[in-house]
Amino acid sequence: MDNSYDNSVYLLENQCKGCTNCIKHCPTQAIRVRNNKAVITKNKCIDCGECIRICPHHAKKAKRDFIDAIKQYKYTVALPAPSLYAQVNHLDDVNIILTGIKKLGFDDVFEVSAAAEIISEKSREYIAENRDKWPVISTACPTVVRLVQVRFPNLVDNLLPLITPAELAAKLARQIAMDETGLKSEEIGIFFLSPCPSKVTAAKNPIGYEKSDIDHVLAIKDIYPALISAMTEVAANPEDLVRSGKIGISWGITGGEAAGLLSDSYVAADGIGNVISVLEDLEDDKFNKDLEFIELNACNGGCVGGVMTVENPFAAKAKLQHIRKYLPVTAPHDEVDDDKTTWTSDVEYEPVFELADNLKESMAKMAQIDALCEEFPGLDCGCCGAPTCKALAEDIVRGVAKKRDCIHILREYINKLSDDISIISGD
Amino acid sequence: MPNLMELKYQVSNEDFTRAGEASSDVKKKLKQLGVSPDVIRRVAIALYEGEINMVIHAYGGEITVTISEEQITMTLADRGPGIPDIDKAMQAGFSTAPDNVRNLGFGAGMGLPNMKKNSDTIDISTEIGVGTTVVMTINL
Repeated sequence: MDNSYDNSVYLLENQCKGCTNCIKHCPTQAIRVRNNKAVITKNKCIDCGECIRICPHHAKKAKRDFIDAIKQYKYTVALPAPSLYAQVNHLDDVNIILTGIKKLGFDDVFEVSAAAEIISEKSREYIAENRDKWPVISTACPTVVRLVQVRFPNLVDNLLPLITPAELAAKLARQIAMDETGLKSEEIGIFFLSPCPSKVTAAKNPIGYEKSDIDHVLAIKDIYPALISAMTEVAANPEDLVRSGKIGISWGITGGEAAGLLSDSYVAADGIGNVISVLEDLEDDKFNKDLEFIELNACNGGCVGGVMTVENPFAAKAKLQHIRKYLPVTAPHDEVDDDKTTWTSDVEYEPVFELADNLKESMAKMAQIDALCEEFPGLDCGCCGAPTCKALAEDIVRGVAKKRDCIHILREYINKLSDDISIISGD
Repeated sequence: MPNLMELKYQVSNEDFTRAGEASSDVKKKLKQLGVSPDVIRRVAIALYEGEINMVIHAYGGEITVTISEEQITMTLADRGPGIPDIDKAMQAGFSTAPDNVRNLGFGAGMGLPNMKKNSDTIDISTEIGVGTTVVMTINL
């Protein structure tokens, strides 16, 4: 099995108490507790951030970069995600936040929402020209793309084969920076200000194209305190930096991307559990044949619900609605060639949940799993370190756990031992 | 036979929201077994349609799925009212579904046609007042 996939969520071992919160909340059952510490199986992790959200001991973290990385470059550009605008109160002018970002030490800012408006236009064209791919599934959330890749082989062809707005923003920003400064590409640092770990992963391990133009990914929550002070300083006299309108900024909340398609024929769902159930139903042909588009966001509320944001997603949504009020529907954008926005490599199904690589062996293993499940109490208590009795049975059959990891089986075994001993000692 | 797997499901009509549980479990198992995605898709659709039919028309029944190295066989047996005219039931768009079921988005008259379209063989035996058994096979 391919273990090369490198995710962003990781464990801080010394903070992990070995409790069962994360294993119970992981939607792909990628976590086990072994030797009192959580262990993440990389190729099963989809970087949804549920374990970061739930861990009471803050032992799960997202790998990311920090702002001092700007020192490595001669010229730097920040790419703020639209969800960033939703983190601040009473923002009537987007220029204040954009000027504030520059003040943190960047030479320029390029709004991801500007690139999003271009991707909206390209999406409209793709959907109109590819009726056989309906419903087209949004690929803006890297967690959704990875989930489809490992769990929904029949839906891989429905994925919208376009790069994300952040990726396009990086490409455009780099070109502008090179044209304006005459510097070489490697002298320019492109920094994405991200709401979530899955976008960190997408910059390191893109799906659908070879290499990302994003050099570093910073967490919104890390830059937030400094940004708020910087904004206060520039509020009276901000620069004119806004390059996007309502359509682009709305990508930060669920339904925003779909609204940019200017069609009513869509489904928009958020929250990882809901996303999975929509994909399951889609795989079973339960949606109407004339449905054009499915927007899916792993986080509640959309990107504003990302684990690297600060604000409650519902409050954030209200703030984004407030900002939208002052903006035009869309800003004018230069023409971008299709080859700049289209995926360049095929997405292959990765069957990470298969029991074996041939049917005969898989069936034998499944029979063993079913037999083991009969022996377990079916309480799904998690004390063994696996989220369910069935998951423990699978681990045993895969050779990475043993029956007596189940505390109920262990108790029976100890009871039997003590009975045997009392018989031997003639009590 | 060692390399043959049998899965059994009781389908009840007591709770409509549970219709589809059998097909979803079969789908999950086939993915773990590493069955090809195209076969999984066809099994899931054919079985789901059949399961819904059992709930709507036959007040439940039993589904048996057997998997061998060559094929998947799905047997859906009910003790419902039987199908008076199989040819008519096989026509796309023919439906006897009551309004409350149509309002849920079902009853478009594509059940049996979809089952036929997605399986390699389909055999229906039915007797009025006794029940219906549908056997579908899909080759691996």
